[in-house]
Amino acid sequence: MAGSQWELPPELCCRPMAFVALTGLDVVYNAVHRAIWDAFCANRRADRVPISFKVLPGDHEYPKCRTKRTSYEWYIPKGILKTGWMNKHLNLVPALVVLFYELDWDDPQWKEKQSECATKVEIVRTSLQGRNTKVAVVLIQKKTPLPPGEDLVASERAAALCNACDLSGKSLFVLPHTDHLVGYIIRLENAFYEHAQTYYYTEIRRVKSHKEFLNKTTHQLLFVRHQFKIAFFSELKQDTQNALKYYRTAYSLVHELRAHETNMLEIKTMAGFINYKICRLCFQHNTPLDAIAQFRKHIDLCKKKIGSAELAFEHAAWMSKQFQSFGELFDEAIKLGLTAIQTQNPGFYYQQAACYSQDRKQQAQQLCQGGASHPSTEPLDTQSGGLDFYGQRPWRQGHQSIDPPDAEKEKTGILALQIKERDVPHSELIIALLSNAVAQFKKYKCPRMKSHLMVQMGEEYYHAKDYTKALKLLDYVMCDYRTERWWGLLTAILTTALRCAYLMASVKDYIIYCMELLGRASTLKEEQKSRIEKNLIRVLMNEVPDAEPECDSSSISTARSLWSDRMSLAGSKELTIEVQDYIPFIQCKAKFQSPSFHVDQPIQLQVYLRADCPHPVSFNKLAVSLSNQEYNQWCVLESSDHRNMSLLPGKTKLYNFSFVAKTEDVGKKIEMTGVELMLGSEGRCVFVSWRGAGGDAASAHEALQAGRSSRQWGRCMEARQEPDWDSLSMQHSTMIISRVPKISVQLGHQPPALNNEMYCINLTIQSQEQGIATDVKLTAGLKPGQDANLSQTTHVTLDGSKVCDDAAPALLTDVPLGDLKPGEKLEKCVFVKCVSNGPRVFLFHVAYSIDTTVEGRQIVCKCHKDETVTIETVVPFEVSVKFLSTKFEPLDRLVVDIPFLLMTDILSSSPWPLLLDSSSLQLLAMTSNTPQRQSQLQEVVLQTGECASECFCLRCPPQTNSNSTVATGQYLISWRRQSSSADSPLIQTTVTLPHVILESIPLYIHAELPSFGRVRESLSVRYHIENRTALVQEVEMAVEPSDAFMFSGLKQVRLRILPGSEQQMLYNYYPLMAGYQTLPQLNISLPRCPNTNTHTLRRFLPQRIFVKPQGRQLDDASIAAA
Amino acid sequence: MAVCIAVIAKENYPLYIRSVPTQNELKFHYTVHTSLDVVEEKISAVGKSLGDQRELYLGLLYPTEDYKVYGYVTNSKVKFVIVVDSSNTSLRDNEIRSMFRKLHNSFTDVMCNPFHNPGDQIQSKAFDGIVSGMMVQTG
Repeated sequence: MAGSQWELPPELCCRPMAFVALTGLDVVYNAVHRAIWDAFCANRRADRVPISFKVLPGDHEYPKCRTKRTSYEWYIPKGILKTGWMNKHLNLVPALVVLFYELDWDDPQWKEKQSECATKVEIVRTSLQGRNTKVAVVLIQKKTPLPPGEDLVASERAAALCNACDLSGKSLFVLPHTDHLVGYIIRLENAFYEHAQTYYYTEIRRVKSHKEFLNKTTHQLLFVRHQFKIAFFSELKQDTQNALKYYRTAYSLVHELRAHETNMLEIKTMAGFINYKICRLCFQHNTPLDAIAQFRKHIDLCKKKIGSAELAFEHAAWMSKQFQSFGELFDEAIKLGLTAIQTQNPGFYYQQAACYSQDRKQQAQQLCQGGASHPSTEPLDTQSGGLDFYGQRPWRQGHQSIDPPDAEKEKTGILALQIKERDVPHSELIIALLSNAVAQFKKYKCPRMKSHLMVQMGEEYYHAKDYTKALKLLDYVMCDYRTERWWGLLTAILTTALRCAYLMASVKDYIIYCMELLGRASTLKEEQKSRIEKNLIRVLMNEVPDAEPECDSSSISTARSLWSDRMSLAGSKELTIEVQDYIPFIQCKAKFQSPSFHVDQPIQLQVYLRADCPHPVSFNKLAVSLSNQEYNQWCVLESSDHRNMSLLPGKTKLYNFSFVAKTEDVGKKIEMTGVELMLGSEGRCVFVSWRGAGGDAASAHEALQAGRSSRQWGRCMEARQEPDWDSLSMQHSTMIISRVPKISVQLGHQPPALNNEMYCINLTIQSQEQGIATDVKLTAGLKPGQDANLSQTTHVTLDGSKVCDDAAPALLTDVPLGDLKPGEKLEKCVFVKCVSNGPRVFLFHVAYSIDTTVEGRQIVCKCHKDETVTIETVVPFEVSVKFLSTKFEPLDRLVVDIPFLLMTDILSSSPWPLLLDSSSLQLLAMTSNTPQRQSQLQEVVLQTGECASECFCLRCPPQTNSNSTVATGQYLISWRRQSSSADSPLIQTTVTLPHVILESIPLYIHAELPSFGRVRESLSVRYHIENRTALVQEVEMAVEPSDAFMFSGLKQVRLRILPGSEQQMLYNYYPLMAGYQTLPQLNISLPRCPNTNTHTLRRFLPQRIFVKPQGRQLDDASIAAA
Repeated sequence: MAVCIAVIAKENYPLYIRSVPTQNELKFHYTVHTSLDVVEEKISAVGKSLGDQRELYLGLLYPTEDYKVYGYVTNSKVKFVIVVDSSNTSLRDNEIRSMFRKLHNSFTDVMCNPFHNPGDQIQSKAFDGIVSGMMVQTG
């Protein structure tokens, strides 16, 4: 490859390792030797010492060592570094030669073998004459050696062998050929490594020793060379810190050299090499910042050292290589664990390398035009086929003078280089570098940098005439620039893409790029747009377009013939271009005039078109496709329709379509699926197609901007006839909704509904239609979609004559109501029973059909009218129950067989008057103490907040399980609203009466006394004491004295009462004071069972009595009469 | 002095871009556009750590061989980019800062114009004047 002149030599880029030569091994025919060799070279992992081994024959000729110079006084160096030097020390001159020899200590022919070995050592020594290379001997033995010191024969013979071979004891090794070969080999190579290090150390010392002979005027080149060599030996010695130090010195020395045009290349080449080594070592030492700093310094120092102006491309090539190899070093370091960042990654270096390659290409194009013929003598050929020193000119090697020795030769040499440069595939190099950079920027999150580089790659492919690849790349990134709205850049890319499409005669691509370049996003000048539009029209007429500017003439002629082939081709001339994702020169926005249409209205659809190109453009067909394809036929405009189908630049044109929806589509959505515009006709048809309702890649943003604009009002005012394009909105779908019902539905009712009642809702339906509404149906009841519990507790019926049961549904559906003539009125009662409280939404849905005509078409429309009403359900009344003693004292527990009172209160909470029809008790454990009579509440009307009470006297018979709670029973109330008609059903409300605690007592006492007394008139009171137990009870009674009464009778008595019988005690009280007086207290105790609480007994006795004052004597008679 | 000054909208499209007429205008467009990669990265990095306590000046975005690109982001995420010739070493960070501040002030004035629709291209003589003052004067 022609670029290889600039490639760094492989011996520079590799990691230098100590070179050890192995001789005396027959790896082809001897299995043991083969195994030893394999153990040396297999598995050389990082944990093994860095040595490069080579098997050489025993009589191998090593490079001759030149005679040592004793003085540099008359010596003038010819160059900085010989091209072969690095390779020599890496691969040719070993640090150590190891001689392998098969010899056991107890070998029977020991003497002969010893001398043979000594000869072999001597041969190696001779061929290394003058070198410091060490020699070592390894004896391959079949027997395992004894521990050192035990084998006397061995140590004696070893000493003898060393003596014979003139070896030090440290250079003689034994390799027993036994099981642990690899272990022995590793120990061997560690020993070799030490020898090699000593060798390189002495080499460094040797080179250093030259320094004192040098002088600064004539030996400048040697200063650099020696520093470089020391550094390189240090690297071989694996002393990278010192290597770095010496390379740095070498680097600063190389820039101290006197630079002129003739040696510029040599200096730059060496500077590049040393810089490479420094950067490599810095990365290796994990100091990437040092590497970057060194590289920057290097570039800054060398950027301006262009050298010969006629060979300026060489400088660009060299610069490109500098960046590329640094990028590669950087990348390699990252692979070994270095982290790079967005603003400092190898991509930048590859990019810069590509940039210099582009410069190189440009300079090469400028400089390498003349002299097509090859010069007679090839000045670039050298005798050896290569150069002696790095970076020198082949026609004047070794010359270090400022002026070229032969001006004529110089000229032909330069010319030859220029001719050579012409054949370099520049584009290939640039593309490779760019794609490296792209890969890096992708990794470091630089999408825009990546796009930019891809554009460059595309352009380079264009220059390389690979138009398909160019278009592929450009097409890929175009959309990024389009979405980011960088129109200037997009236009530039499109222009290149258009040229590619033209040169490869790709009709579809050509049309697409023309369309976008004519569009509003293009920043091209008017005259260019005009040219492109003319070309586009030509293509539409099936003619060959004019060439794009800036294409070279040879490619234009090939393109012309391609185009005419294309045009004469008989195949399909129809093309569909989806423009939604581009910014085409014709804009389209379509809308349904309203988001919904009634089925009896024609659907209005508008298509706005606008051309942005400089000349008018006409089209031949406009078609809108809709989701229901049956409507498509109504939305087509063809050239035969005699409508104006040409679009003027910058003017908006409106096309209207209308059609009648089908009745089946009621409730459905009609969507526009696309708008299609046909350009061209007989020659070539291009269908420009928009998805949905039009719009393109830029229109969303424009609409947003237009919406923000404060000027839109003003603009609308001044140009009424033409709407502002940007603020036109698209409406891509419309709903078909049913016809507006001309019918009234009215509800009459008296809220709130009362719990459990048959709530009546009066429905009045009146038709306002012109024709007969047929098939009227009513759906009434609980609106679906509410709480699921509500449908369980709501019942709807049309039958109001009786209370409906739980089987009645929550929603009555499709109750047929017959037909309605125009103006006819229909009434219907719907009864609702709500079992639970709370609000409910009721729906009344009246549906009917009617015939209508729309634009001359007869259609049957289904209409419906919905009414909803929210009705609250409340309790009609609250019932409270109290237990009272016969003295109207509240009781918390009842006593067996003693009469008590049950009192019920019905408190109306209904806002409407309630009529209570009857009430009754259903007793369980109790019996009525009084004969059952008519309900006390019959026909009572309760207004809001009024209360109706009822009282029952009851008695509780003894229970089998006394002293526990008993169920009382139920209280039934029949009622209805007072306002409802008399034949409406009564509602039965059942109230469960509370449970009550029942207890029995041993003794019951009650008094019989008149309702009042009179002062100083005797008042007889009879106490009845009943024994309610099965035992004889002994009772002690005492009457306590009272201030208000005198009395006669037993003051204290003890008596016995037989089981079930009764004792009577009669007392005559004589009241002394008037008013309410406390009766003398009767104390009763049961001495037999003192635990019994006799206080409860007191409850049964009257506490007080009203004493009237003494009447006047005169009125005695009247008193007696009373 | 700058060779290119650009104002970029929140959505990353150019609101204003001007470069010295002597050089390839397209190249500057690409330079400004690619610098947005770094701007975006810097904004998102800051957004995570500090909330709205953000320094508007982003500093040197990235150096190329020929130019230095500096960035500045307003609180409403409008970006200013100034491209300076690499050879111009006399320009200090402080001067760049003050250029951005001047630009920001002028931009604010443009936004305060009731006839300017935010998001549209900037067309203002005053702004042009400020930008011209900061550009390298060529002949």
